[in-house]
Amino acid sequence: MSTQVLMPALSPTMTEGKLARWLKKVGDTVSAGDVIAEIETDKATMEVEAVDEGTIGRLLVEEGTENVAVNAPIAVLLGEGEDASAAESKAEPPKAESPALPKVAAEGAGPKEIADRASEERTPALARVEPEKDWGETRSLSVREALRDAMAIEMRADDDVFLMGEEVAEYQGAYKISQGLLAEFGARRIIDTPITEHGFTGMAVGAALTGLKPIVEFMTFNFAMQAIDQIINSAAKTLYMSGGQMGCPIVFRGPNGAASRVAAQHSQCYASWYAHVPGLKVVAPYSSADALGLLRASIRDPNPIIFLENEILYGQSFECPTDPDFVLPIGKAKIERTGTQVTIVAFSIMVGVALKAAELLAEQGIDAEVINLRTLRPLDTATIIESVKKTSRLVTVEEGWPYAGIGAEISMQVIEHAFDWLDAPPVRVHGLDVPLPYAANLEKLALPQPDWVVDAVKKLV
Amino acid sequence: MPVNKSSKIQGPAPANASAELGVSAKPGDHGRNSPAMTPEQLTKAYRTMVLIRRFEERTGQLYGMGLIGGFCHLYIGQEAVVTGVQMALKPGDKVVTSYRDHGHMLATGMEARGVMAELTGRATGYSRGKGGSMHMFSRKENFYGGHGIVGAQVSIGIGLAFANRYRGSDEVSVAYFGEGASNQGQVFESFNIAALQKLPCIFVIENNRYGMGTSVERSSASRALYKNGEPWGIPGLQVDGMDVEAVHDAAQQAVAHCRAGNGPFLLEMTTYRYRGHSMSDPAKYRTRDEVDEMRRTHDAIERVRHALLGQGVEEQALKKIDDEIKTIVTDAAEFAQSSPEPDASELWTDILVEA
Repeated sequence: MSTQVLMPALSPTMTEGKLARWLKKVGDTVSAGDVIAEIETDKATMEVEAVDEGTIGRLLVEEGTENVAVNAPIAVLLGEGEDASAAESKAEPPKAESPALPKVAAEGAGPKEIADRASEERTPALARVEPEKDWGETRSLSVREALRDAMAIEMRADDDVFLMGEEVAEYQGAYKISQGLLAEFGARRIIDTPITEHGFTGMAVGAALTGLKPIVEFMTFNFAMQAIDQIINSAAKTLYMSGGQMGCPIVFRGPNGAASRVAAQHSQCYASWYAHVPGLKVVAPYSSADALGLLRASIRDPNPIIFLENEILYGQSFECPTDPDFVLPIGKAKIERTGTQVTIVAFSIMVGVALKAAELLAEQGIDAEVINLRTLRPLDTATIIESVKKTSRLVTVEEGWPYAGIGAEISMQVIEHAFDWLDAPPVRVHGLDVPLPYAANLEKLALPQPDWVVDAVKKLV
Repeated sequence: MPVNKSSKIQGPAPANASAELGVSAKPGDHGRNSPAMTPEQLTKAYRTMVLIRRFEERTGQLYGMGLIGGFCHLYIGQEAVVTGVQMALKPGDKVVTSYRDHGHMLATGMEARGVMAELTGRATGYSRGKGGSMHMFSRKENFYGGHGIVGAQVSIGIGLAFANRYRGSDEVSVAYFGEGASNQGQVFESFNIAALQKLPCIFVIENNRYGMGTSVERSSASRALYKNGEPWGIPGLQVDGMDVEAVHDAAQQAVAHCRAGNGPFLLEMTTYRYRGHSMSDPAKYRTRDEVDEMRRTHDAIERVRHALLGQGVEEQALKKIDDEIKTIVTDAAEFAQSSPEPDASELWTDILVEA
């Protein structure tokens, strides 16, 4: 059977080109892979290879012809035992076999419908806000202990869970989070790595793709930048790129944001960076209960989780439920303090700043509601909106930079969902838009203080 | 394997090639240690290599017709590497590679139909049309991608090996990468971790001489990539990657080493891609004579064809294989063109696993 050789496209954008030279003539036999012609595009000269075997029956386009359209027939290839008359009949008129057009799978799934779905996705129906479950008896526990306990409990329950990172085993953790874990679980499951974030993060991702559930401790999230390609391109995207075949159940955890006097390279909040990425969940605990309940949930979650801790909170103690089944849902915020006049939304260490500000405001007769986000992606928009509909005022508080920050996102969500309820534009309280300085006075001037929140609220009320 | 023994197993550099260990300075001198492949194995290798070549030629054609988009990197010329290595593995062993991945998928047993349909972006593709040429996976065949970021698959590869060991199995993992990727920092990080933890990982450098348009001489100060693991005590072999029997032989050594719990192994396969780096690369950084010379004197498929004919296999038997492959590839191309595009609802699936 004779076949037509078509003018190929040699780049996604090519629509036509010049047939510069024939390297075969009528009567030549060719096999798959033989170069038969050269064509020129606006960018380069490329070779055309035969895909089928046969004899050249006709050349339909002369050497030197310009503007030959992609997919136009340029030659006829004869099969075994065919003669040139087959080429004549096949080639007159030379009609391009137009490539099969893809069928659109779903009726009515045009751009309009896609846009509608995209819009739905951006503005999910707001779930009803459920009151938080009462877990009963509590005890005082430090955030440090809560994190350790969460890992130990989940490791006892599931052999697929293991911890790796710098200094997590023999040193017992750079911040002593993994204290005692090596003794209980051994070197198979508590694994010291060299100081090579890129390599060991990729290793953890590979292990997770097989179904293991690694917990990767970054000594701080500043160092995770060395590994951010593996976190985003490998961990967050593989489920999608594999058509749902390969999930990545992994927790990346460690201290995030400013510590104390460690200056610009060691003091940065990554909340906005990771919250930007579909395929990740981003969790930021404040209290010991948050740390215990959310880390347990994160380890059990089948998705890649960014778990942003805070070094200054490690040593702080809070009341924490003693129920052995205590766990918190990812994606649910907590109303730390109810109020009627303004909604203050914060996460991680800034929840403490917001609560302090609320006390100061109360002294001045202003009744503030404080929301602890707990999870930054997916954001609990419902709780925020419900609160703003009550208070009509919004102040966001974050330690990170303002530009394209979490506060910006929350403000936009509120504008989209509760614009008519707002009595004033939302106000963002945030770290100053500068690399964090070392000097004690300058550092303090750069990070949000309770006074800043009070001032912001007083602009609104 | 202790550092001080590593040099024993390393093959010499091409300049002073000997037949001792896995080094081939010229065709016909493969330096194989163990018996060549049986006629059955050789026939299987022939079939796989012809499948890959015909598949890739068809891919090039569909790309030319505008049915495949984006970046598309063909494996034509390098078929012997993945064919020989995969034949040394057993079910359960895990594989990860770069974006030049079509041949690897076919060699692991993935269906030509599903791979081609992914290339055309259809719902019946391995990733339901959401991955494309560079991002395909198969849990069933233990193929972990298909990775678009140069070198990232190497760290993932040691993770696969880690998982094998963690679960107490004797399975090994293979991380394929190009000589261009071999300069990435995370590759050396991975060598270090794999050696520290004695992970059962075979690093396969497919040295096709050019990282996109930059020759290996211009990108790598190392003149013997198979020795790149030496500081970590990782034994290495340089192998004629155009000779599937030499590849298979070296891979068997590497697999045995890893399976026995001796830690990682490095194979440098000297090979050659006949086509450009990607479809839109005119490959002006090398001469046509160089390409023609490789095709004429080193072609991996021709070599196996001659070996089989020399062993008394009938020309007709090979023709029969060729015809079968042609049918498979034609069928795959038709399937890939007639399958529907993914439903618009697929935009929003597979972003997160429902907890």
